Amino acid sequence: MSGALWREAAAQLRHDRLALACAALLAAMALAAIAGPPLLPFRADEIDWAHMAVPPLEAAGHWLGTDRLGRDLLVRTLHGLRVSLAIAFAATLVALVIGVAWGALAGFRRGRTDAWMMRCVDVLYSLPQVFFVIILTVVFGRGPLTILVAIGAFGWLTMARIVRGQALALRECDFVEAAVVGGASTPRIVWRHIVPNLMGPVIVYATLTLPQVILVEGFLSFLGIGIQEPLASLGNLIADGAAEMETAPWMLVVPAACLMLLVFCFNFLGDSLRDALDPRDQ
Amino acid sequence: MHTVAFILRRLLGAIPTLALVVALSFLLTRLAPGGPFDEEQALAPEIRANLEAAYGLDQPIYVQFGRYVQGLLRGDFGPSFKFRDFTVGELISGGLPVSLTIGLAAMLLALALGIPAGVWAARARGGAADRIVMALAVAGISIPVFVVAPVLVLVFGIWLGWLPVAGWVPGRPADLVLPVVSLALPVVAYVARLMRGSLLEVLRAPWIRAARARGLPERTVILRHALPAALLPVVSYVGPAAAAVLAGSLVVETLFGLPGMGRHLVQGALNRDYTLVMGMVIVYAALMIVLNLLADLAYAWLDPRIRRERRL
Repeated sequence: MSGALWREAAAQLRHDRLALACAALLAAMALAAIAGPPLLPFRADEIDWAHMAVPPLEAAGHWLGTDRLGRDLLVRTLHGLRVSLAIAFAATLVALVIGVAWGALAGFRRGRTDAWMMRCVDVLYSLPQVFFVIILTVVFGRGPLTILVAIGAFGWLTMARIVRGQALALRECDFVEAAVVGGASTPRIVWRHIVPNLMGPVIVYATLTLPQVILVEGFLSFLGIGIQEPLASLGNLIADGAAEMETAPWMLVVPAACLMLLVFCFNFLGDSLRDALDPRDQ
Repeated sequence: MHTVAFILRRLLGAIPTLALVVALSFLLTRLAPGGPFDEEQALAPEIRANLEAAYGLDQPIYVQFGRYVQGLLRGDFGPSFKFRDFTVGELISGGLPVSLTIGLAAMLLALALGIPAGVWAARARGGAADRIVMALAVAGISIPVFVVAPVLVLVFGIWLGWLPVAGWVPGRPADLVLPVVSLALPVVAYVARLMRGSLLEVLRAPWIRAARARGLPERTVILRHALPAALLPVVSYVGPAAAAVLAGSLVVETLFGLPGMGRHLVQGALNRDYTLVMGMVIVYAALMIVLNLLADLAYAWLDPRIRRERRL
Protein backbone atom coordinates (compact mmCIF):
# COMPACT_ATOMS: atom_id res chain seq x y z
CA MET A 1 0.00 0.00 0.00
CA SER A 2 1.63 3.20 -1.14
CA GLY A 3 1.56 6.73 0.19
CA ALA A 4 -0.54 7.76 -2.78
CA LEU A 5 -3.36 5.47 -1.76
CA TRP A 6 -3.40 6.90 1.75
CA ARG A 7 -3.42 10.44 0.38
CA GLU A 8 -6.28 9.62 -1.95
CA ALA A 9 -8.18 7.94 0.86
CA ALA A 10 -7.66 10.98 3.09
CA ALA A 11 -8.84 13.26 0.28
CA GLN A 12 -11.94 11.15 -0.26
CA LEU A 13 -12.72 11.08 3.45
CA ARG A 14 -12.41 14.86 3.65
CA HIS A 15 -15.32 15.13 1.23
CA ASP A 16 -17.40 12.62 3.14
CA ARG A 17 -19.26 15.01 5.45
CA LEU A 18 -21.17 12.30 7.31
CA ALA A 19 -18.05 10.27 8.01
CA LEU A 20 -16.31 13.40 9.29
CA ALA A 21 -19.29 14.21 11.47
CA CYS A 22 -19.21 10.68 12.89
CA ALA A 23 -15.48 10.95 13.60
CA ALA A 24 -15.99 14.32 15.30
CA LEU A 25 -18.88 12.99 17.36
CA LEU A 26 -16.86 9.97 18.44
CA ALA A 27 -13.95 12.18 19.42
CA ALA A 28 -16.31 14.41 21.40
CA MET A 29 -17.84 11.43 23.18
CA ALA A 30 -14.44 9.99 24.03
CA LEU A 31 -13.27 13.36 25.31
CA ALA A 32 -16.41 13.77 27.41
CA ALA A 33 -15.97 10.26 28.82
CA ILE A 34 -12.37 10.92 29.79
CA ALA A 35 -12.46 14.57 30.87
CA GLY A 36 -16.13 15.02 31.71
CA PRO A 37 -16.69 13.33 35.08
CA PRO A 38 -14.13 15.37 37.08
CA LEU A 39 -15.66 18.61 35.78
CA LEU A 40 -19.15 17.76 36.97
CA PRO A 41 -20.31 18.55 40.49
CA PHE A 42 -21.20 14.94 41.38
CA ARG A 43 -19.26 11.73 41.71
CA ALA A 44 -20.56 8.54 40.06
CA ASP A 45 -21.37 6.85 43.36
CA GLU A 46 -22.48 10.01 45.17
CA ILE A 47 -26.00 9.83 46.54
CA ASP A 48 -28.04 13.02 46.44
CA TRP A 49 -30.58 12.32 49.17
CA ALA A 50 -32.68 15.32 48.24
CA HIS A 51 -33.08 14.30 44.60
CA MET A 52 -33.93 10.68 43.99
CA ALA A 53 -35.30 9.52 40.62
CA VAL A 54 -35.57 13.10 39.36
CA PRO A 55 -36.34 13.53 35.63
CA PRO A 56 -33.87 15.46 33.44
CA LEU A 57 -33.62 19.25 33.85
CA GLU A 58 -35.74 19.36 37.00
CA ALA A 59 -33.15 19.50 39.74
CA ALA A 60 -30.26 21.95 39.71
CA GLY A 61 -27.09 20.37 38.37
CA HIS A 62 -28.69 17.04 37.43
CA TRP A 63 -29.04 17.77 33.71
CA LEU A 64 -30.01 14.23 32.76
CA GLY A 65 -31.79 13.43 36.00
CA THR A 66 -30.89 10.93 38.70
CA ASP A 67 -31.50 7.24 39.29
CA ARG A 68 -33.52 5.71 42.13
CA LEU A 69 -30.53 6.00 44.47
CA GLY A 70 -30.08 9.68 43.69
CA ARG A 71 -26.96 9.18 41.61
CA ASP A 72 -26.44 11.67 38.80
CA LEU A 73 -27.26 10.00 35.49
CA LEU A 74 -24.97 12.16 33.36
CA VAL A 75 -21.93 11.27 35.45
CA ARG A 76 -22.88 7.60 35.50
CA THR A 77 -23.46 7.53 31.75
CA LEU A 78 -20.08 9.17 31.15
CA HIS A 79 -18.47 6.60 33.42
CA GLY A 80 -20.29 3.82 31.57
CA LEU A 81 -19.14 5.27 28.26
CA ARG A 82 -15.59 5.32 29.61
CA VAL A 83 -15.74 1.64 30.65
CA SER A 84 -17.39 0.55 27.40
CA LEU A 85 -14.87 2.47 25.29
CA ALA A 86 -11.90 1.22 27.32
CA ILE A 87 -13.00 -2.40 26.95
CA ALA A 88 -13.73 -1.89 23.25
CA PHE A 89 -10.29 -0.44 22.54
CA ALA A 90 -8.45 -2.97 24.71
CA ALA A 91 -10.27 -6.00 23.24
CA THR A 92 -9.80 -4.67 19.71
CA LEU A 93 -6.10 -4.20 20.41
CA VAL A 94 -5.86 -7.80 21.65
CA ALA A 95 -7.69 -9.03 18.55
CA LEU A 96 -5.49 -6.86 16.36
CA VAL A 97 -2.18 -8.09 17.77
CA ILE A 98 -3.05 -11.79 17.83
CA GLY A 99 -4.90 -11.70 14.50
CA VAL A 100 -2.19 -9.78 12.63
CA ALA A 101 0.66 -11.91 14.02
CA TRP A 102 -1.22 -15.19 13.40
CA GLY A 103 -2.45 -14.28 9.93
CA ALA A 104 0.80 -12.73 8.75
CA LEU A 105 2.84 -15.73 9.90
CA ALA A 106 0.42 -18.22 8.33
CA GLY A 107 0.34 -16.34 5.05
CA PHE A 108 4.09 -15.89 4.99
CA ARG A 109 4.99 -19.49 5.83
CA ARG A 110 2.37 -21.00 3.49
CA GLY A 111 2.14 -24.77 3.10
CA ARG A 112 1.64 -27.00 6.10
CA THR A 113 2.13 -24.30 8.77
CA ASP A 114 -0.51 -22.20 7.07
CA ALA A 115 -2.88 -25.15 6.78
CA TRP A 116 -2.58 -25.97 10.48
CA MET A 117 -2.81 -22.40 11.68
CA MET A 118 -5.89 -21.68 9.63
CA ARG A 119 -7.45 -25.00 10.66
CA CYS A 120 -7.26 -23.76 14.26
CA VAL A 121 -9.06 -20.60 13.19
CA ASP A 122 -11.74 -22.63 11.38
CA VAL A 123 -12.32 -24.82 14.42
CA LEU A 124 -12.68 -21.85 16.77
CA TYR A 125 -14.98 -20.24 14.20
CA SER A 126 -17.31 -23.23 14.32
CA LEU A 127 -17.93 -22.78 18.06
CA PRO A 128 -21.00 -20.87 19.22
CA GLN A 129 -18.96 -17.85 20.31
CA VAL A 130 -21.44 -15.94 22.44
CA PHE A 131 -22.10 -19.05 24.50
CA PHE A 132 -18.43 -19.68 25.06
CA VAL A 133 -17.98 -16.11 26.16
CA ILE A 134 -20.71 -16.81 28.73
CA ILE A 135 -18.89 -19.97 29.88
CA LEU A 136 -15.69 -17.94 30.25
CA THR A 137 -17.48 -15.39 32.42
CA VAL A 138 -18.75 -18.26 34.58
CA VAL A 139 -15.24 -19.70 34.85
CA PHE A 140 -13.23 -16.56 35.50
CA GLY A 141 -15.82 -14.59 37.43
CA ARG A 142 -17.60 -11.48 36.21
CA GLY A 143 -15.67 -8.32 35.61
CA PRO A 144 -13.95 -6.14 33.05
CA LEU A 145 -10.86 -8.33 32.71
CA THR A 146 -12.87 -11.49 32.01
CA ILE A 147 -14.88 -9.71 29.34
CA LEU A 148 -11.68 -8.47 27.77
CA VAL A 149 -10.18 -11.98 27.68
CA ALA A 150 -13.39 -13.63 26.53
CA ILE A 151 -13.98 -11.18 23.69
CA GLY A 152 -10.30 -11.11 22.75
CA ALA A 153 -10.26 -14.92 22.58
CA PHE A 154 -12.64 -14.91 19.62
CA GLY A 155 -12.20 -11.43 18.21
CA TRP A 156 -8.94 -12.18 16.40
CA LEU A 157 -10.32 -14.90 14.12
CA THR A 158 -11.69 -12.74 11.33
CA MET A 159 -8.66 -10.46 11.57
CA ALA A 160 -6.36 -13.48 11.12
CA ARG A 161 -8.28 -14.56 8.01
CA ILE A 162 -8.16 -11.11 6.45
CA VAL A 163 -4.48 -10.66 7.22
CA ARG A 164 -3.55 -14.13 5.95
CA GLY A 165 -5.20 -13.47 2.60
CA GLN A 166 -3.26 -10.22 2.24
CA ALA A 167 -0.01 -11.81 3.42
CA LEU A 168 -0.32 -14.64 0.90
CA ALA A 169 -0.49 -12.08 -1.87
CA LEU A 170 2.30 -9.91 -0.46
CA ARG A 171 4.49 -12.98 -0.07
CA GLU A 172 4.78 -13.12 -3.86
CA CYS A 173 5.98 -9.53 -4.17
CA ASP A 174 9.52 -8.86 -5.28
CA PHE A 175 10.50 -6.86 -2.21
CA VAL A 176 9.66 -9.81 0.04
CA GLU A 177 11.68 -12.16 -2.17
CA ALA A 178 14.53 -9.65 -1.96
CA ALA A 179 14.33 -9.63 1.83
CA VAL A 180 14.37 -13.46 1.89
CA VAL A 181 17.38 -13.52 -0.45
CA GLY A 182 19.03 -10.88 1.71
CA GLY A 183 18.87 -13.30 4.63
CA ALA A 184 16.36 -11.44 6.84
CA SER A 185 14.79 -13.55 9.59
CA THR A 186 11.13 -14.55 9.42
CA PRO A 187 10.00 -12.26 12.30
CA ARG A 188 11.83 -9.37 10.69
CA ILE A 189 10.26 -9.97 7.28
CA VAL A 190 6.81 -10.37 8.80
CA TRP A 191 6.97 -7.26 10.96
CA ARG A 192 9.02 -4.95 8.74
CA HIS A 193 7.90 -5.92 5.26
CA ILE A 194 4.55 -7.64 5.39
CA VAL A 195 2.66 -6.08 8.30
CA PRO A 196 3.18 -2.42 7.28
CA ASN A 197 1.75 -3.22 3.87
CA LEU A 198 -1.50 -4.65 5.10
CA MET A 199 -2.46 -1.88 7.50
CA GLY A 200 -5.31 -0.64 5.25
CA PRO A 201 -7.68 -3.60 5.66
CA VAL A 202 -6.51 -4.02 9.24
CA ILE A 203 -7.53 -0.49 10.18
CA VAL A 204 -10.88 -0.85 8.45
CA TYR A 205 -11.62 -4.11 10.19
CA ALA A 206 -10.44 -2.77 13.55
CA THR A 207 -12.86 0.16 13.18
CA LEU A 208 -15.67 -2.30 12.55
CA THR A 209 -14.57 -4.52 15.47
CA LEU A 210 -14.93 -1.70 18.00
CA PRO A 211 -18.74 -1.49 17.78
CA GLN A 212 -18.98 -5.29 17.86
CA VAL A 213 -17.07 -5.38 21.13
CA ILE A 214 -19.24 -2.60 22.55
CA LEU A 215 -22.33 -4.64 21.66
CA VAL A 216 -21.01 -7.87 23.19
CA GLU A 217 -19.99 -6.10 26.37
CA GLY A 218 -23.37 -4.39 26.52
CA PHE A 219 -25.14 -7.70 25.93
CA LEU A 220 -23.26 -9.43 28.78
CA SER A 221 -23.63 -6.50 31.15
CA PHE A 222 -27.33 -6.25 30.35
CA LEU A 223 -27.75 -9.89 31.35
CA GLY A 224 -25.88 -9.25 34.59
CA ILE A 225 -22.88 -11.38 33.69
CA GLY A 226 -20.66 -8.54 32.50
CA ILE A 227 -19.62 -5.37 34.27
CA GLN A 228 -20.98 -5.33 37.81
CA GLU A 229 -22.27 -2.54 40.03
CA PRO A 230 -20.98 -0.18 41.36
CA LEU A 231 -18.91 0.06 38.17
CA ALA A 232 -21.14 1.43 35.41
CA SER A 233 -21.12 0.35 31.77
CA LEU A 234 -23.60 1.26 29.07
CA GLY A 235 -24.94 -2.30 29.22
CA ASN A 236 -25.70 -2.40 32.93
CA LEU A 237 -27.07 1.17 32.84
CA ILE A 238 -29.52 0.04 30.16
CA ALA A 239 -30.44 -2.98 32.29
CA ASP A 240 -31.04 -0.66 35.27
CA GLY A 241 -33.13 1.60 33.08
CA ALA A 242 -35.15 -1.34 31.75
CA ALA A 243 -35.92 -2.37 35.33
CA GLU A 244 -37.14 1.13 36.22
CA MET A 245 -38.72 2.22 32.97
CA GLU A 246 -42.28 2.39 34.25
CA THR A 247 -41.39 5.10 36.75
CA ALA A 248 -38.14 6.56 35.38
CA PRO A 249 -37.99 6.13 31.58
CA TRP A 250 -35.08 8.58 31.25
CA MET A 251 -32.86 6.03 32.97
CA LEU A 252 -33.37 3.78 29.94
CA VAL A 253 -33.44 6.43 27.24
CA VAL A 254 -30.17 8.21 28.12
CA PRO A 255 -27.73 5.25 28.11
CA ALA A 256 -29.59 3.55 25.24
CA ALA A 257 -29.29 6.66 23.06
CA CYS A 258 -25.63 6.97 23.99
CA LEU A 259 -24.90 3.36 23.00
CA MET A 260 -26.81 3.62 19.73
CA LEU A 261 -25.01 6.79 18.76
CA LEU A 262 -21.66 5.23 19.58
CA VAL A 263 -22.26 2.05 17.59
CA PHE A 264 -23.84 3.88 14.67
CA CYS A 265 -20.89 6.28 14.37
CA PHE A 266 -18.32 3.48 14.49
CA ASN A 267 -20.22 1.43 11.89
CA PHE A 268 -20.65 4.40 9.60
CA LEU A 269 -17.02 5.47 9.95
CA GLY A 270 -15.84 1.91 9.30
CA ASP A 271 -17.92 1.67 6.13
CA SER A 272 -16.63 5.02 4.89
CA LEU A 273 -13.03 4.03 5.63
CA ARG A 274 -13.54 0.81 3.72
CA ASP A 275 -14.92 2.65 0.72
CA ALA A 276 -12.07 5.16 0.86
CA LEU A 277 -9.32 2.56 1.17
CA ASP A 278 -10.74 0.13 -1.36
CA PRO A 279 -8.90 0.79 -4.61
CA ARG A 280 -11.43 -1.25 -6.59
CA ASP A 281 -14.08 1.43 -6.24
CA GLN A 282 -11.95 4.26 -7.53
CA MET B 1 -25.26 -37.42 -4.79
CA HIS B 2 -28.67 -37.77 -3.22
CA THR B 3 -30.27 -35.43 -0.77
CA VAL B 4 -30.21 -38.03 1.97
CA ALA B 5 -26.51 -38.71 1.47
CA PHE B 6 -25.83 -34.97 1.49
CA ILE B 7 -27.71 -34.53 4.77
CA LEU B 8 -26.01 -37.57 6.32
CA ARG B 9 -22.57 -36.38 5.29
CA ARG B 10 -23.24 -32.94 6.76
CA LEU B 11 -24.57 -34.44 9.99
CA LEU B 12 -21.46 -36.62 10.30
CA GLY B 13 -19.33 -33.54 9.68
CA ALA B 14 -21.07 -31.83 12.59
CA ILE B 15 -20.03 -34.51 15.08
CA PRO B 16 -16.44 -33.26 15.61
CA THR B 17 -17.73 -29.72 16.21
CA LEU B 18 -20.25 -30.93 18.75
CA ALA B 19 -17.64 -33.14 20.43
CA LEU B 20 -15.33 -30.13 20.68
CA VAL B 21 -18.12 -28.05 22.21
CA VAL B 22 -18.77 -30.76 24.80
CA ALA B 23 -15.08 -31.26 25.65
CA LEU B 24 -14.24 -27.55 25.79
CA SER B 25 -17.26 -26.56 27.85
CA PHE B 26 -16.59 -29.44 30.26
CA LEU B 27 -12.91 -28.57 30.65
CA LEU B 28 -13.55 -24.85 31.04
CA THR B 29 -16.22 -25.25 33.69
CA ARG B 30 -14.01 -27.64 35.65
CA LEU B 31 -11.15 -25.13 35.49
CA ALA B 32 -13.31 -22.65 37.35
CA PRO B 33 -11.77 -21.61 40.65
CA GLY B 34 -15.07 -21.54 42.54
CA GLY B 35 -17.28 -24.57 43.06
CA PRO B 36 -21.06 -24.79 42.75
CA PHE B 37 -21.41 -25.14 46.51
CA ASP B 38 -19.46 -22.00 47.42
CA GLU B 39 -22.25 -19.97 48.93
CA GLU B 40 -22.35 -16.97 51.19
CA GLN B 41 -23.11 -19.29 54.03
CA ALA B 42 -20.30 -21.87 54.16
CA LEU B 43 -21.48 -25.47 54.29
CA ALA B 44 -20.19 -27.82 56.96
CA PRO B 45 -17.26 -29.84 55.54
CA GLU B 46 -19.14 -33.14 55.94
CA ILE B 47 -22.21 -31.88 54.10
CA ARG B 48 -20.03 -30.45 51.41
CA ALA B 49 -18.14 -33.76 51.01
CA ASN B 50 -21.42 -35.63 50.84
CA LEU B 51 -22.81 -33.25 48.23
CA GLU B 52 -19.65 -33.54 46.14
CA ALA B 53 -19.73 -37.32 46.39
CA ALA B 54 -23.41 -37.35 45.42
CA TYR B 55 -22.70 -35.34 42.27
CA GLY B 56 -19.47 -37.27 41.53
CA LEU B 57 -17.33 -34.15 41.97
CA ASP B 58 -14.81 -36.00 44.16
CA GLN B 59 -13.77 -38.22 41.25
CA PRO B 60 -10.78 -37.46 38.98
CA ILE B 61 -11.70 -35.20 36.09
CA TYR B 62 -11.41 -37.85 33.35
CA VAL B 63 -13.84 -40.10 35.24
CA GLN B 64 -16.25 -37.17 35.54
CA PHE B 65 -15.90 -36.46 31.83
CA GLY B 66 -16.46 -40.11 30.91
CA ARG B 67 -19.60 -40.22 33.01
CA TYR B 68 -20.85 -36.96 31.54
CA VAL B 69 -20.38 -38.14 27.95
CA GLN B 70 -22.03 -41.48 28.72
CA GLY B 71 -24.95 -39.59 30.20
CA LEU B 72 -25.18 -37.27 27.16
CA LEU B 73 -25.34 -40.24 24.80
CA ARG B 74 -28.38 -41.42 26.74
CA GLY B 75 -29.85 -37.93 26.64
CA ASP B 76 -29.06 -37.33 30.31
CA PHE B 77 -27.57 -33.90 30.95
CA GLY B 78 -27.07 -34.52 34.65
CA PRO B 79 -28.65 -32.79 37.63
CA SER B 80 -28.81 -29.04 38.03
CA PHE B 81 -26.69 -27.93 40.98
CA LYS B 82 -28.91 -25.01 41.87
CA PHE B 83 -32.42 -26.00 40.82
CA ARG B 84 -32.09 -29.13 42.93
CA ASP B 85 -35.55 -30.46 42.09
CA PHE B 86 -34.87 -30.50 38.38
CA THR B 87 -32.46 -32.25 36.06
CA VAL B 88 -30.85 -30.17 33.35
CA GLY B 89 -32.71 -32.34 30.84
CA GLU B 90 -36.04 -31.32 32.35
CA LEU B 91 -35.10 -27.63 32.25
CA ILE B 92 -34.07 -28.02 28.61
CA SER B 93 -37.18 -29.87 27.50
CA GLY B 94 -39.29 -27.32 29.34
CA GLY B 95 -37.51 -24.34 27.81
CA LEU B 96 -36.79 -25.57 24.30
CA PRO B 97 -40.35 -25.23 22.91
CA VAL B 98 -40.58 -21.64 24.18
CA SER B 99 -37.17 -20.69 22.77
CA LEU B 100 -37.84 -22.41 19.46
CA THR B 101 -41.25 -20.74 19.09
CA ILE B 102 -39.95 -17.21 19.53
CA GLY B 103 -36.73 -17.93 17.61
CA LEU B 104 -38.42 -19.41 14.55
CA ALA B 105 -41.18 -16.79 14.59
CA ALA B 106 -38.51 -14.06 14.71
CA MET B 107 -36.56 -15.60 11.81
CA LEU B 108 -39.69 -15.93 9.67
CA LEU B 109 -40.79 -12.41 10.47
CA ALA B 110 -37.31 -11.08 9.66
CA LEU B 111 -37.29 -12.79 6.26
CA ALA B 112 -40.90 -11.84 5.53
CA LEU B 113 -40.17 -8.16 6.20
CA GLY B 114 -36.53 -7.93 5.12
CA ILE B 115 -36.77 -9.55 1.69
CA PRO B 116 -39.66 -7.40 0.37
CA ALA B 117 -38.10 -4.28 1.87
CA GLY B 118 -34.81 -5.03 0.12
CA VAL B 119 -36.53 -5.74 -3.19
CA TRP B 120 -38.56 -2.57 -2.90
CA ALA B 121 -35.45 -0.50 -2.16
CA ALA B 122 -33.57 -2.05 -5.07
CA ARG B 123 -36.48 -1.32 -7.45
CA ALA B 124 -36.59 2.29 -6.29
CA ARG B 125 -32.80 2.61 -6.40
CA GLY B 126 -31.67 6.14 -5.60
CA GLY B 127 -35.25 7.26 -4.92
CA ALA B 128 -36.84 8.33 -1.68
CA ALA B 129 -38.09 4.81 -0.82
CA ASP B 130 -34.60 3.42 -1.28
CA ARG B 131 -33.04 6.07 0.92
CA ILE B 132 -35.63 5.61 3.65
CA VAL B 133 -35.28 1.82 3.70
CA MET B 134 -31.49 2.01 3.73
CA ALA B 135 -31.35 4.65 6.45
CA LEU B 136 -33.66 2.52 8.59
CA ALA B 137 -31.49 -0.51 7.84
CA VAL B 138 -28.27 1.20 8.94
CA ALA B 139 -29.99 2.36 12.10
CA GLY B 140 -31.44 -1.11 12.67
CA ILE B 141 -28.03 -2.74 12.41
CA SER B 142 -26.64 -0.39 15.06
CA ILE B 143 -29.43 -1.11 17.53
CA PRO B 144 -28.94 -4.32 19.48
CA VAL B 145 -31.75 -6.46 20.90
CA PHE B 146 -31.01 -5.30 24.44
CA VAL B 147 -31.91 -1.75 23.38
CA VAL B 148 -34.75 -2.53 20.97
CA ALA B 149 -36.58 -4.75 23.43
CA PRO B 150 -36.80 -2.38 26.44
CA VAL B 151 -37.59 0.60 24.17
CA LEU B 152 -40.44 -1.31 22.47
CA VAL B 153 -41.77 -2.27 25.91
CA LEU B 154 -41.58 1.34 27.01
CA VAL B 155 -43.45 2.63 23.96
CA PHE B 156 -46.00 -0.11 23.22
CA GLY B 157 -46.33 -1.67 26.65
CA ILE B 158 -46.16 1.25 29.04
CA TRP B 159 -46.88 4.49 27.16
CA LEU B 160 -49.44 3.20 24.68
CA GLY B 161 -50.53 0.18 26.72
CA TRP B 162 -51.30 -1.88 23.59
CA LEU B 163 -49.38 -5.01 24.48
CA PRO B 164 -48.47 -6.94 27.62
CA VAL B 165 -45.20 -5.80 29.19
CA ALA B 166 -44.04 -9.25 30.22
CA GLY B 167 -45.25 -12.71 30.97
CA TRP B 168 -46.12 -15.92 29.27
CA VAL B 169 -49.52 -17.49 29.25
CA PRO B 170 -49.69 -20.43 26.82
CA GLY B 171 -52.18 -19.69 24.09
CA ARG B 172 -52.06 -15.92 24.45
CA PRO B 173 -50.30 -14.74 21.30
CA ALA B 174 -50.21 -11.10 22.44
CA ASP B 175 -47.47 -12.11 24.88
CA LEU B 176 -45.29 -13.10 21.95
CA VAL B 177 -45.59 -9.95 19.84
CA LEU B 178 -43.02 -7.76 21.57
CA PRO B 179 -40.43 -10.53 22.17
CA VAL B 180 -40.61 -11.72 18.56
CA VAL B 181 -40.57 -8.24 17.04
CA SER B 182 -37.58 -7.16 19.15
CA LEU B 183 -35.67 -10.29 18.17
CA ALA B 184 -36.51 -9.83 14.50
CA LEU B 185 -35.82 -6.11 13.98
CA PRO B 186 -31.98 -6.19 13.87
CA VAL B 187 -32.16 -9.17 11.49
CA VAL B 188 -34.73 -7.40 9.28
CA ALA B 189 -32.30 -4.53 8.82
CA TYR B 190 -29.46 -6.80 7.80
CA VAL B 191 -31.60 -8.92 5.46
CA ALA B 192 -33.01 -5.82 3.75
CA ARG B 193 -29.53 -4.45 3.12
CA LEU B 194 -28.24 -7.77 1.84
CA MET B 195 -31.28 -8.31 -0.37
CA ARG B 196 -31.06 -4.86 -1.93
CA GLY B 197 -27.35 -5.21 -2.74
CA SER B 198 -27.62 -8.66 -4.20
CA LEU B 199 -30.71 -7.89 -6.28
CA LEU B 200 -29.01 -4.82 -7.75
CA GLU B 201 -26.05 -6.96 -8.71
CA VAL B 202 -28.18 -9.71 -10.24
CA LEU B 203 -30.23 -7.18 -12.21
CA ARG B 204 -27.05 -6.23 -14.07
CA ALA B 205 -26.55 -9.82 -15.29
CA PRO B 206 -26.84 -10.60 -19.03
CA TRP B 207 -29.60 -13.16 -18.54
CA ILE B 208 -31.77 -10.51 -16.93
CA ARG B 209 -31.23 -8.30 -19.96
CA ALA B 210 -32.14 -11.33 -22.08
CA ALA B 211 -35.35 -11.85 -20.11
CA ARG B 212 -36.25 -8.18 -20.57
CA ALA B 213 -35.39 -8.38 -24.27
CA ARG B 214 -37.88 -11.20 -24.65
CA GLY B 215 -40.48 -8.69 -23.52
CA LEU B 216 -41.35 -10.32 -20.20
CA PRO B 217 -43.23 -8.10 -17.76
CA GLU B 218 -41.04 -6.49 -15.10
CA ARG B 219 -42.83 -8.47 -12.39
CA THR B 220 -41.90 -11.77 -14.00
CA VAL B 221 -38.33 -10.65 -14.57
CA ILE B 222 -37.90 -9.76 -10.92
CA LEU B 223 -39.86 -12.55 -9.27
CA ARG B 224 -39.08 -15.49 -11.57
CA HIS B 225 -35.66 -14.66 -12.98
CA ALA B 226 -33.81 -12.36 -10.62
CA LEU B 227 -35.14 -13.21 -7.17
CA PRO B 228 -34.04 -16.87 -6.87
CA ALA B 229 -30.46 -15.95 -7.74
CA ALA B 230 -30.51 -12.83 -5.59
CA LEU B 231 -31.76 -14.79 -2.59
CA LEU B 232 -28.53 -16.79 -2.30
CA PRO B 233 -26.61 -14.31 -0.09
CA VAL B 234 -29.69 -13.97 2.13
CA VAL B 235 -29.86 -17.74 2.53
CA SER B 236 -26.14 -17.85 3.47
CA TYR B 237 -26.91 -15.25 6.09
CA VAL B 238 -29.55 -17.47 7.73
CA GLY B 239 -26.84 -19.32 9.69
CA PRO B 240 -25.26 -16.21 11.27
CA ALA B 241 -28.74 -14.73 11.72
CA ALA B 242 -29.81 -17.80 13.66
CA ALA B 243 -26.79 -17.38 15.91
CA ALA B 244 -27.74 -13.75 16.48
CA VAL B 245 -31.36 -14.64 17.21
CA LEU B 246 -30.36 -17.35 19.69
CA ALA B 247 -28.06 -14.92 21.50
CA GLY B 248 -30.79 -12.29 21.43
CA SER B 249 -33.26 -14.77 22.88
CA LEU B 250 -31.26 -14.68 26.14
CA VAL B 251 -32.04 -10.96 26.40
CA VAL B 252 -35.65 -11.28 25.35
CA GLU B 253 -36.43 -14.22 27.64
CA THR B 254 -34.80 -12.49 30.59
CA LEU B 255 -36.52 -9.17 29.95
CA PHE B 256 -39.99 -10.57 29.28
CA GLY B 257 -39.76 -13.36 31.83
CA LEU B 258 -40.35 -16.11 29.28
CA PRO B 259 -39.66 -19.62 30.60
CA GLY B 260 -37.22 -20.50 27.80
CA MET B 261 -33.75 -22.00 27.70
CA GLY B 262 -32.09 -18.61 27.52
CA ARG B 263 -33.38 -17.52 30.89
CA HIS B 264 -32.17 -20.77 32.46
CA LEU B 265 -28.76 -20.26 30.86
CA VAL B 266 -28.49 -16.74 32.27
CA GLN B 267 -29.64 -17.96 35.69
CA GLY B 268 -27.14 -20.80 35.46
CA ALA B 269 -24.34 -18.39 34.59
CA LEU B 270 -25.26 -16.13 37.52
CA ASN B 271 -25.38 -19.12 39.91
CA ARG B 272 -22.29 -20.84 38.49
CA ASP B 273 -24.45 -23.87 37.85
CA TYR B 274 -21.91 -25.86 35.78
CA THR B 275 -24.09 -28.63 34.47
CA LEU B 276 -26.91 -26.27 33.57
CA VAL B 277 -24.63 -23.90 31.63
CA MET B 278 -22.88 -26.80 29.91
CA GLY B 279 -26.10 -28.54 28.94
CA MET B 280 -27.62 -25.32 27.59
CA VAL B 281 -24.51 -24.46 25.58
CA ILE B 282 -24.44 -27.94 24.06
CA VAL B 283 -28.11 -27.71 23.07
CA TYR B 284 -27.60 -24.23 21.61
CA ALA B 285 -24.60 -25.50 19.63
CA ALA B 286 -26.64 -28.43 18.31
CA LEU B 287 -29.46 -26.04 17.34
CA MET B 288 -27.04 -23.83 15.45
CA ILE B 289 -25.61 -26.83 13.60
CA VAL B 290 -29.09 -27.98 12.56
CA LEU B 291 -30.09 -24.48 11.43
CA ASN B 292 -26.90 -24.15 9.41
CA LEU B 293 -27.65 -27.50 7.79
CA LEU B 294 -31.15 -26.33 6.84
CA ALA B 295 -29.69 -23.14 5.40
CA ASP B 296 -27.18 -25.16 3.35
CA LEU B 297 -29.96 -27.36 2.03
CA ALA B 298 -32.01 -24.35 1.02
CA TYR B 299 -28.94 -22.87 -0.65
CA ALA B 300 -28.24 -26.05 -2.60
CA TRP B 301 -31.86 -26.22 -3.66
CA LEU B 302 -31.92 -22.58 -4.84
CA ASP B 303 -28.63 -22.71 -6.73
CA PRO B 304 -29.15 -24.69 -9.96
CA ARG B 305 -25.40 -25.33 -10.26
CA ILE B 306 -25.36 -27.23 -6.98
CA ARG B 307 -28.85 -28.66 -7.46
CA ARG B 308 -27.92 -30.41 -10.69
CA GLU B 309 -24.67 -31.73 -9.27
CA ARG B 310 -26.35 -33.18 -6.21
CA ARG B 311 -29.70 -34.02 -7.80
CA LEU B 312 -31.59 -32.43 -4.97
